[in-house]
Amino acid sequence: MQLTINGKPRNFDAQQFSVAHLVQLLELTGKRLAIELNGEIVPRSQFEHMVLKDNDKLEIVGAVGGG
Amino acid sequence: MSDLLKIADKTYRSRLLVGTGKYQDFAETRAAIDASGAEIITVAIRRTNIGQTAGEPSLLDFLSPEEFTYLPNTAGCYSADDAVRTLRLARELLDGHKLVKLEVLGDPNTLYPNMIETISAAKTLVKDGFDVMVYCSDDPIIAKQLEEVGCCAVMPLASLIGSGMGILNPWNLQIIIENAKIPVLVDAGVGTASDAAIAMELGCQGVLMNTAIAAAKNPVLMAGAMKKAVEAGRDAYLAGRMPKKLYSASPSSPTTGLIT
Repeated sequence: MQLTINGKPRNFDAQQFSVAHLVQLLELTGKRLAIELNGEIVPRSQFEHMVLKDNDKLEIVGAVGGG
Repeated sequence: MSDLLKIADKTYRSRLLVGTGKYQDFAETRAAIDASGAEIITVAIRRTNIGQTAGEPSLLDFLSPEEFTYLPNTAGCYSADDAVRTLRLARELLDGHKLVKLEVLGDPNTLYPNMIETISAAKTLVKDGFDVMVYCSDDPIIAKQLEEVGCCAVMPLASLIGSGMGILNPWNLQIIIENAKIPVLVDAGVGTASDAAIAMELGCQGVLMNTAIAAAKNPVLMAGAMKKAVEAGRDAYLAGRMPKKLYSASPSSPTTGLIT
């Protein structure tokens, strides 16, 4: 399936998997981040349950230096 | 000593709030923030780099959210919707953290704030349960309106973001401070220690800065200077300055006992 992550399309072999699995695939496990799926925030407690589907759009954000 | 800064029911010893951007590396960021004594630090919310960053250190490794009060900002947002969206993500990122810095910009060259969008975002965020510290122009009417919509602190600019021009309109700041029932902090435009001291002498509850420290030739030394300036300015404000007069016929030394 294809997902758009932070504005860029990415292809995955599997047909469906959870947000938690995506975090693992992207090597972001343990990082402090927040995720928006199709414009809605996915609470961290929902990462295991929320299943992604083809053409989903995700924003994955973190805290960086700023004023 | 119980002169504490109170924002949204939490108290802080330091009245200097600092940004975490524009430093050479995280080690320098950390050293400067330690020297500043700041307890509240601003951070930006940005897309995570995907792919090439596994194992790379992050800001949070150097400045833990347990040790400092994070103040996520909306830098780079040009609409109320973008600002609200950014801060909702920040709240999720920081486990329900409510204290935020709202800024909605109006122009990429000057970074002057768009106060119409800012007020609109402030209303939404307050309704949504956020404690909103709001960056604003130095317009006393706008500052009052932001207080009325429920912001927990107003943060008028001294001068434009990153300009280092210092306090351009102390008279407006004074009106804002006199009218406010919530803390007023100067945010943006401070260039050097005396600017921060003047802001505090005017009666500001605190000063927020980033570039003045990060863009100094020696950021760590400047961070320490800012800490002292904010403390000195605060003490001078509390002490109550002598009135200014053009001249005085009252010298400090005795007028009697002079040798003749």
